[in-house]
Amino acid sequence: MEKLRKYIDKIKPNFEPGGKFAKLRSVFEGFETFLFVPNTTSKTGVHVHDSIDSKRTMTVVILALIPALLFGMYNVGYQHYMAIGELATTSFFTIFLYGLLAVLPKIVVSYVVGLGIEFISAQIRGHEIQEGFLVSGMLIPMIVPIDTPLWMIAVATAFAVIFAKEIFGGTGMNIFNVALITRAFLFFAYPSKMSGDSVFVRTSDTFGMGAGNVVEGFSGATPLGQIATQTSGDVVITDTLGSQLSTWDMFLGLIPGSIGETSTLAILIGAAILLFTGIASWRIILSVFAGGYAMALLANTFASTTYPGSMLCPIDHLCLGGFAFAAVFMATDPVTAARTNVGKYIYGFLIGAITIVIRLYNNGYPEGAMLAVLLMNVFAPLIDYFVVESNIKNRLKRVKKGGANE
Amino acid sequence: MLLSKKSREALLGPLSKNNPVIIQVLGICSALAVTAKLEPAFVMAISVTAVVAFANVIISLLRNTIPNSIRIIVQLVVVAALVIIVDQVLKAYVYDVSKQLSVFIGLIITNCILMGRLEAFAMANGPWESFLDGVGNGLGYGLILIIIAFFRELLGSGTLFGYQVIPQALYDLGYQNNGLMILPPMALIVVGCIIWVHRAYNKDLQEK
Repeated sequence: MEKLRKYIDKIKPNFEPGGKFAKLRSVFEGFETFLFVPNTTSKTGVHVHDSIDSKRTMTVVILALIPALLFGMYNVGYQHYMAIGELATTSFFTIFLYGLLAVLPKIVVSYVVGLGIEFISAQIRGHEIQEGFLVSGMLIPMIVPIDTPLWMIAVATAFAVIFAKEIFGGTGMNIFNVALITRAFLFFAYPSKMSGDSVFVRTSDTFGMGAGNVVEGFSGATPLGQIATQTSGDVVITDTLGSQLSTWDMFLGLIPGSIGETSTLAILIGAAILLFTGIASWRIILSVFAGGYAMALLANTFASTTYPGSMLCPIDHLCLGGFAFAAVFMATDPVTAARTNVGKYIYGFLIGAITIVIRLYNNGYPEGAMLAVLLMNVFAPLIDYFVVESNIKNRLKRVKKGGANE
Repeated sequence: MLLSKKSREALLGPLSKNNPVIIQVLGICSALAVTAKLEPAFVMAISVTAVVAFANVIISLLRNTIPNSIRIIVQLVVVAALVIIVDQVLKAYVYDVSKQLSVFIGLIITNCILMGRLEAFAMANGPWESFLDGVGNGLGYGLILIIIAFFRELLGSGTLFGYQVIPQALYDLGYQNNGLMILPPMALIVVGCIIWVHRAYNKDLQEK
C-alpha cells in the first residue's frame, strides 16, 4: 500500500494542469480515488464524514454480486453439460471453467464500452470520472441470457449509458436504472436473442471447450417460459431434460435463466452483505418480497387455467426468474429508488406486485421484474413528493391543534 | 436577388432556425407515426407541404373578408377540403402508400403546423409570402421526417425505400435489425438526437 501511494504521488505532477498528461487528468483522478479515499476535507457545512464515499459503496455492491456471479458461471457450465449429456463425467472445475469462459467476454465488453463512454464524456465535460458504471457494468452481463451476442450487449450498453445516464447529467442524476435500460433495449430491439427457449442454455462449445451434441428430449425453456407457453392442465415445471423441479431446486438455482439471476440462495448471500454493511435499504428488499408474495398469493387464491402462472405457489414465484435479483440489486439502487422511508415501502411493494401482475396476466412477457422496476423508477419521485407533502400537512395540523390549546 | 429578404426568411427560416418540428415542437405525432419507413414519410412530407402551402395562399387571399369570430372554422374548412383532395390523389396514384398512411393523411387537418401557420402567418401576410412560408414550413417538417425515417428504416429494417442496403453477408455474420427502431418511442429518441445535434451547431438556440 505504502509503495503504491508513493508511486501515485510520484506520477501525480504529470497530470496536474501544465503537466505532460494534463489532458488525462480526469482518468488519473478516477484511478487515484478508486485506490485511495481522497484526502480532502470539507470547507463548509458538515465536517464529520466516515470513509464510505460512492466508490467504496460501489465496491461493496460488486462484492455482494460475486456469489451470484460465480454461481451463474457454474450454472452456465452445468446447464451446458447437462444439455450435451456429459454432466456425470465432467469435473466441477471443467464445468466452472466453461461458464467462466462463456461469461467473461460479456463482462469485458460491458465494462469496456460503458467505461469507455464514461471516460470520454468526463474528458469532454472536464468532470472527474464518475464511478456509477462500476456496478452497472457488472450487473449488465448478469441479467442477460448466456447466448446474447456480444455486439448486441455493446450496442445496448452504449445506448443505456448515453441515453439513460449521460444526458441526464451522469451518475446520480439518472431517472432509470442504467443496467435495466440496457436489458430493456436488448429485450425490445432483439427479442429473439433475449427470450424464447434457445438463448438461456448454451448448447454450442465455448472457445473449443465442451463440444458435443444435444441429448434427445432437451428443451431450453426457462421455468417462466414454460409457464407462459402452458396451455392447459396442471403446471409442471421441469428442467431442460424434463425432470420435475421442486421449490428447493428453484431456490438453489441450477435452472436455465439469465446468467446471474437463477440462484435465490446466492442472491440472498449478496443481500446479507449489502444489509450488513448498510449499503442497501432493507425496507425496499423486504417490501419487494412482501409485494410479490401478496400479489402471488392473491392470484393463487383466484387461480384459473387461463393464466397458468396463477396456479404456482407464491414461494415459487419469488424464487423464479429475476425476482430476487431485481429485489436485491435493482430496486435498491439508491439513485432511482424512493428516498423517504415510507416511500421505500410503497415503492418496493408496488415493484413486487407489478412484477407478478405482468408475469401472470400478460402473455407477451414471461417475466415482469425489469418492467416493474423501470415503471416504479418513474414513480419514485412522485411517491416521495406525496410522502413529504403529507408529512408537512400532518405537522401543520399539529401546529394548528397546539395553537388552539394555548 | 430572386426573392426579397423577407420572402427568403419565410422560405428558408423553417428549414433550420425556425423549424416547426425541432424548434417549435409541432407535428410530433405524425413525425412518430409515419416514419418507420422512408416511403410513407416522403409521401407525408409532400402532402403536408402541398396542403400547408395552398391553405396559406387561400387563407391569405380571404384574410380581409373572414369575420374574426369564425376564422378557425373557415381555416378548418379550407384545410379539410385540401386534405380530401390530397387523400383522393394518393388513393388514385399511390394506393399502397395511401393504405400505409391510413388515417394520418386525414389527420393532417389536426396537424398543429397547419393551424399555426394559418393563424400566425397567412392571416397577416400577402398570398405570395404566405405561399413561400407554407412551402418552407412543409419542407422543414418534411426534412425532419425524412431524416428520422432514414435512420429508422436503415437500422430497423435494413432497407431504404424498400431496397435492402445492409448486405446479406452481414446478416449471415449474426447482425440483426433493431426491433426497437420500428417502435414509436425510438422515433422520439431520434427526434431528440436531431435537436441535440442542431443545437450543438447553433449555439444561439441554447437556453442559458
